[in-house]
Amino acid sequence: MDLTLKIWRQKNATSKGKFVTYKVTGISPNSSFLEMMDILNEGLVVKGEDPVAFDHDCREGICGACSMYINGRPHGPDKAITTCQLHMRKFKDGDTIVIEPWRARPFPVLKDLIVDRTAFDKIIQAGGYISVNTGGIPDANAIPIPRASAELSMDAAACIGCGACVAACKNASAMLFVSAKVSQFALLPQGKPEAAERVQAMVAEMDRLGFGNCTNTGACEAECPKEISISNIARMNREFLSAKVGAQIPKEQAGGF
Amino acid sequence: MALKYSSITKKIIMALAGLFLISFLIVHLSINLLILKNDGREAFNLAAHFMVTNPLIQAMQWVLFGGFIIHILVGTVLQIQNWMARPTRYKVEGYSHTSFFSKFMIHTGAIILAFLVLHLINFFFRAKFGEMPEIMIGDKQYEDMGLLVIEKFKSLPYVLMYIFWLLFLGFHLDHAFHSALQSLGLNHNKYTPAAFGLSRALAILIAGGFILIPLIIYIS
Repeated sequence: MDLTLKIWRQKNATSKGKFVTYKVTGISPNSSFLEMMDILNEGLVVKGEDPVAFDHDCREGICGACSMYINGRPHGPDKAITTCQLHMRKFKDGDTIVIEPWRARPFPVLKDLIVDRTAFDKIIQAGGYISVNTGGIPDANAIPIPRASAELSMDAAACIGCGACVAACKNASAMLFVSAKVSQFALLPQGKPEAAERVQAMVAEMDRLGFGNCTNTGACEAECPKEISISNIARMNREFLSAKVGAQIPKEQAGGF
Repeated sequence: MALKYSSITKKIIMALAGLFLISFLIVHLSINLLILKNDGREAFNLAAHFMVTNPLIQAMQWVLFGGFIIHILVGTVLQIQNWMARPTRYKVEGYSHTSFFSKFMIHTGAIILAFLVLHLINFFFRAKFGEMPEIMIGDKQYEDMGLLVIEKFKSLPYVLMYIFWLLFLGFHLDHAFHSALQSLGLNHNKYTPAAFGLSRALAILIAGGFILIPLIIYIS
């Protein structure tokens, strides 16, 4: 396959970037998208040019490192996959492919296609955990958990934090990510004691970092490589509302709306 | 104030105000449809008279203004924050498979607002403060609101303008009811698809119902 690539090149976080057009030839339809990028970079290195920087790690769709916005879709033109799982057979010979970094104010571009996703870590630090004493392994069945709750919690926990939801959302909202992290704990007994504090702290941090608001378009759900449902966002809204109006919290801890 | 509220609180305010405005549209439409009744505008004028004289409705009118203002202001604040969240736009804009109209709520909303001002000048302020024709129903004299409406809708530009406006109201309503439920945290495997259907039905029935009025008056 012969392809034309239009790739966002940006030297560093402070420089102004631009699109640069590259040609790649003889790409196998069976190669993965990142292998195609590797071939492009090998050619650039031979020519003495700076290779295109992009995030990648496991290359099997579980780490959430890869992050390319390909022809208007995060992770490219396929359903429920990450960029590393995208294959060149999804494109046609002679296609032009536009590759951009995630675009969101809280995700500044560091270089080329690499963005800084520390904002997600900050949201997790604000409350995406449970406080338990370490020690021996607890008995598996000591706390009964309804099967449906366990399943839904596992579905939410499938989020790999890649940021495709933010990239896909027209508002650059992080609601799907935050709601998955809120839901995975809110559904389980171990997460209940801190549920009210958690949802408020994580939402406050999300807002402080400058993510957009949810307008229920469902673009995040359509592009999520792990098919996280926006029913998690509804759950987070419920959790948030009940935390604000119903949860018993000491007066000094109660924040505003 | 609205700036300090959290994103979810603002969405909940939007949803509640939006649901209230939908309920207003249903009341407004059901009264308007009375004008199509072939009774010399009697039922419509009596209903219009009730709406401008009943103290409860008069009180609700202020709540309604409040609902509009909150929905518009909070919506604008949310939209500005959303634009700020993506300072650099994509070269290839979002290709995700989602509902079409959900992406243009601020645009359809702005069009609705622009024509709403015109609509209020045409009818609401005219009825409140302007000169009104009068009609005898039984042995009492009433303001002939119906005549005002019929005169307006005998002119083609007005009819076309209203149809254009109401189409955008329909587009806006397509992403209204179910979106409000989602913002309020109401999402269910079984009922959410029904809410989507109801949302589309409301959009078609409300916008379609309103469009029928200028259309039928112009044709007949």
